[in-house]
Amino acid sequence: MDKTATQVFGRPQSLQDRVLHYCPGCTHGIVHRLVAETIDELGVREKTVGISPVGCAVTAYNYFNCDMQQAAHGRAPAVATAIKRVLPDGVVFTYQGDGDLASIGMAEIVHAANRNEKVTVIFINNAIYGMTGGQMAPTTLPGQKTTTSPYGRDVNTMGYPIKVVELLNTLTGPAYLARVSVHDPKNVQKAKEAVRKAFEIQVAGKGFSLVEVLSTCPTNWGMSPVEALKWLEANMIPQYPLGVLRSPESKEAPNDI
Amino acid sequence: MVERVMMKGNEAIAEGAIRAGCRFFFGYPITPQNEIPEYMSRRMPEVGGTFIQAESEVSAINMVYGAGGAGARVMTSSSSPGISLKMEGISYIAGAEVPCVIVNVSRGGPGLGGLSPSQADYFQATKGGGHGDYRLIVFAPSTVQECLDMMFDAFVATDKYRNPAMVLADGLLGQMMEPVTLHEITDLKIPPKPWATTGATGGRPLNLINSLGLVGEELERINQRIQAKYREIEANEVRFEEENTADADLVLVAYGTSARIARAAANKARIQGKKVGIFRPVTLWPFPYQQLTDLAKAGKRFLVVEMSVGQMVEDVRLAAGGLVSVDFYGRFNGAIPSVTEVYNEVMKLTSKQGVA
Repeated sequence: MDKTATQVFGRPQSLQDRVLHYCPGCTHGIVHRLVAETIDELGVREKTVGISPVGCAVTAYNYFNCDMQQAAHGRAPAVATAIKRVLPDGVVFTYQGDGDLASIGMAEIVHAANRNEKVTVIFINNAIYGMTGGQMAPTTLPGQKTTTSPYGRDVNTMGYPIKVVELLNTLTGPAYLARVSVHDPKNVQKAKEAVRKAFEIQVAGKGFSLVEVLSTCPTNWGMSPVEALKWLEANMIPQYPLGVLRSPESKEAPNDI
Repeated sequence: MVERVMMKGNEAIAEGAIRAGCRFFFGYPITPQNEIPEYMSRRMPEVGGTFIQAESEVSAINMVYGAGGAGARVMTSSSSPGISLKMEGISYIAGAEVPCVIVNVSRGGPGLGGLSPSQADYFQATKGGGHGDYRLIVFAPSTVQECLDMMFDAFVATDKYRNPAMVLADGLLGQMMEPVTLHEITDLKIPPKPWATTGATGGRPLNLINSLGLVGEELERINQRIQAKYREIEANEVRFEEENTADADLVLVAYGTSARIARAAANKARIQGKKVGIFRPVTLWPFPYQQLTDLAKAGKRFLVVEMSVGQMVEDVRLAAGGLVSVDFYGRFNGAIPSVTEVYNEVMKLTSKQGVA
């Protein structure tokens, strides 16, 4: 090897050296990396405890190079609450999908946010249940076909997509709420900034932080990875506007005004 | 320092937990156990502990999972319908081998049931309750003093075996006041928990709290290890009390509140010259099968008394193995058997069968 060469890119220390089980083109790998890079940059790997959900990321404990707990479906925010209370100087994060967080776990996420628990939630919204084979999620778009909405989501019988960050933004408690996307490099960079900000807010003891990440599921959407990225941009972003809805700098909840 | 005070069973449970080193309580209101979370909300700040009134029983038990997994002495309490809600979490806790104590101050069922005392949660407590092959270590206090003391026993057992422990009381024990002796526990000896998720400092291997086994026969291997632990618990942790069984022809078998009623009825029958004894399981799992089998082999008949339509009686019949007859007397749906009712049952059984 050329002795003058310098390594400028590699695997973050907070990711284990393993092959991911995720489908080709799935954006979980990108988001795992953003979380791991952040943990490295803040130098908190040895005091971090992560919580994996039920869903495609259930075995995230095989990838993150830190202590982990696996939580029952939707209950990760309750598990995170308790771990953080036991380890107030630790860094605690959950990694949850849309079925886990926005359907079965709606009570847990709302109340953890409302208590302003000093934890970070990474919320993957790909508008579908991945692990169980492509069923309708609470975030499935109107008209979107899934294995349990084969004629397309009918909003008259199944309601409209739930906008999690807007919903949580009605609470006075949370410190940071943002929605980002990972469909192109520019947005991956913005997503990284949001994830880093979310962890920084926790480390600073400022309160609850959640980053919703719009993601793809090429397998269950029935698309190629590239088609899926384009579909996300064209269809999900109009439904789920990107941006920071709440930060400590702008900490005036709508209810306070 | 030893103090003698009057306490409700629920308060004794809470104070017993604090004295046993419990510093994390997660719960949700439900009658007839509300004095436990109320007491904890007052006491935990005094001892530097944490009390959270969770948004649901489901959330509370998952907080217990998180805190126990991070190495804390932790508990929750509820009553029958609330315990049903916790069952998924309890199954995860058993699968992931997280130590914790769950208190059930039980009430009548099924469904919303009533608020009155009941012993109808025996099956749920002793046979697993949630999904999968697992057991809880189940303690059944019979007095307010035991409500206090058994919290310590439950925390020792749960830490020793990394298996959830349950204290199964009922609404009568929870609401009743009795004098209690409070002992200062000076040497708690909480065992080290090197497996806990406290952060992988100093290059130690990663810790994982998990009940998932997807690969090949991994899950069977996990279960074999857990089952081996259960055999060890069965060998070491069976607790029971017996009174006047040596010369008895009829042995009353009862636990918790029912054991007190059965004892009073047996004593009354003794005065009438009836040879009646008492056998009280103190741990409901592990169950004292062997001790009851020995009594059956000695030819003693059984009368099981429960505040249910008959649940523990099935275990007594297993122990009796068809060697002797096993009769049952129960009141249920919140009704409590009276001493007279049980005494009459004893007299009926001991005269018509010609047992003197």
